[in-house]
Amino acid sequence: MTIPMPAVTEHGGAPAPKAPETVGRSPGRLMWLRFRRDRTGMASAGIVLFFFLVAALAPAISSVYGKDPYTLYGQDAPGLLNEYGYPVLPNGGISSEFWFGIEPALGRDVFMQLVYGIRTSLLIAAAATVLIVVIGIVLGIVAGYAGGRTDYTIGRVIDITLSFPATLFIIAFMPVVENLFVSPDEETPVWLRAVTLVIMLSAFQWAGLARLLRGQVLSLREREFVEAARVTGASPARIVFKELLPNLWTPILVQATLLLPALVTAETALSFLGVGMIEPIPDWGRMFLRGTQVYQSDITYLIFPGAALVIFVIAFNLLGDSVRDAFDPKIKR
Amino acid sequence: MLRFLTRRAIGAVLTLVIIAAVTFFLFFAVPADPARLACGKACPPELLEQARHNLGLDQPLFAQFTAWLTGIFAGRDYAGLGHCPAPCLGYSFVNRAPVLETILDRLPVTVSLTIGAAVIFLLFGVATGIVAALNQGRPLDKITSVSSLVGSSLQIYFVGTLALYFLVYENQILARPQYLPFTEDPLAWAAGLTLPWVVLSIIFTAGYTRMTRSTMVEQLGEDYVRTARAKGMKARSVTLRFALRGTLTTVITIFGVDLGALIGGAIITETTFGLQGLGRLSINAVTDSDLPVLMATVLVAAGAIIVFNIVVDALYAFIDPRVRLN
Repeated sequence: MTIPMPAVTEHGGAPAPKAPETVGRSPGRLMWLRFRRDRTGMASAGIVLFFFLVAALAPAISSVYGKDPYTLYGQDAPGLLNEYGYPVLPNGGISSEFWFGIEPALGRDVFMQLVYGIRTSLLIAAAATVLIVVIGIVLGIVAGYAGGRTDYTIGRVIDITLSFPATLFIIAFMPVVENLFVSPDEETPVWLRAVTLVIMLSAFQWAGLARLLRGQVLSLREREFVEAARVTGASPARIVFKELLPNLWTPILVQATLLLPALVTAETALSFLGVGMIEPIPDWGRMFLRGTQVYQSDITYLIFPGAALVIFVIAFNLLGDSVRDAFDPKIKR
Repeated sequence: MLRFLTRRAIGAVLTLVIIAAVTFFLFFAVPADPARLACGKACPPELLEQARHNLGLDQPLFAQFTAWLTGIFAGRDYAGLGHCPAPCLGYSFVNRAPVLETILDRLPVTVSLTIGAAVIFLLFGVATGIVAALNQGRPLDKITSVSSLVGSSLQIYFVGTLALYFLVYENQILARPQYLPFTEDPLAWAAGLTLPWVVLSIIFTAGYTRMTRSTMVEQLGEDYVRTARAKGMKARSVTLRFALRGTLTTVITIFGVDLGALIGGAIITETTFGLQGLGRLSINAVTDSDLPVLMATVLVAAGAIIVFNIVVDALYAFIDPRVRLN
């Protein structure tokens, strides 16, 4: 992509060539133009959008489909589960009534669990992404802009955070949180688990983003336009919000598109390990956990969340690549 | 070189001490009743009392920390329970044994799992990356990039369980995953770990393929590679002796990070395949509410990450002399 220079070099000769569509458009507009031409990007954006829509419209889907993720259909109606608790019909009990089959033992509807499960994962991942981006931006800009001792301190905190075994620490810290907020004879409230997950996932992921943004700010700080702003007497707040931040949106957006799927899989993994979301909230990770317990008798129950998660992650990774390419066409993979 | 490494080592020890302190205070100052957490869910009252006394919970927090820290270097006595020789990482009231014993018992499983998988994904990933870079833009390159995209998007608990179902239970192609000590029967050791190695490699190879390919493409465009070609060097020598060497530094960086993370506990892999390694130990410790074991596993994992960081730094300085001078 070439941005045409003013026609100074052409000495009076031919008239300046017709301006291409890149002239006079904002960077955001240009990015959208490039992105629209990227077929893989558009397709993966469509899939990602589909997942978000399913999550948002879960109650509507539930009422059209006529079932919810909590009712134990297999236990209420006889003839759905056999005496060992496995679906009577082949392939996990798939039928016109139960599209994706029935959960072994409890007899809940798999399709509904999957639809509501996306909600859980996406909500937690989205909340954590927002938190990470905010912390990353604040600390990254402060470290890069302030420099000196502040920069050094934040830098060391980032180093130490990155040396923590994150997954293991989250797992290990769960009982401590329970012990602090929940008395032994009580059940853990769902909101507490959700908030803990969001905070713990954010606590280790902000460091990478902060380090990246710090580097960007360090180089931006020395650029002429920032110097010009400083010379004209702009306040630090103005420099940060009007000069630095607009130039940081690209890396922030790219990182956020990569963070969200990583956090979805992290949440799923924690639930799979038994320290994530708790019953009765539908959750993909717990579906995997149950799936790995019953797979020898009912492999179908594992296939649906597995395929859904793989499609989601592939689509999101492709989207991340396309967003990066659209923002920064110079980088060719 | 020595000065560079000493400086790094001191920094690493400091980091480890800070991590130990943060972990200690979070685990012993935050909970309302650390003794109950340390003693486990099915803890008889007299043991709870012993745990409370032995952890020194009636003393100030800082004294508890120094007692724990000196225990690592000098060992520590647990009144009524026995002596915990140095390096004492704590005493598990659930297992009624020093934590270190349990950890040393589980470590070989995790190390075997990591080493086997690491050999496969490093060799395979770098090889496919080189092939892709040399065939840039051709079908072979596209096939590699699509498969590494899919590979990196897979989850161990999904692929691993599918593999267990189709390769072990339905068709008996591979042995049931289990850990047998290498020293007793190397063949059985390898057979028992083949499936976990392969599944772990599927997930990890993709990163190495992508990294090797992109760095290699960059390196092949460098001036010194062109010069080497222009003076008539064989294509294979150019690739292996010049371009690959430049690629190795990047590969080693992620390899160190991955090894550190895996040695600290390949939690999901161990859970999926039912291997009793460090990762599984930490999950069991959560279920049993065994605080001393949890703390020790966090520290061992952090130690592994930090040690491999230093190893990477040293290798880096060895491969690329410019690093030493800065």
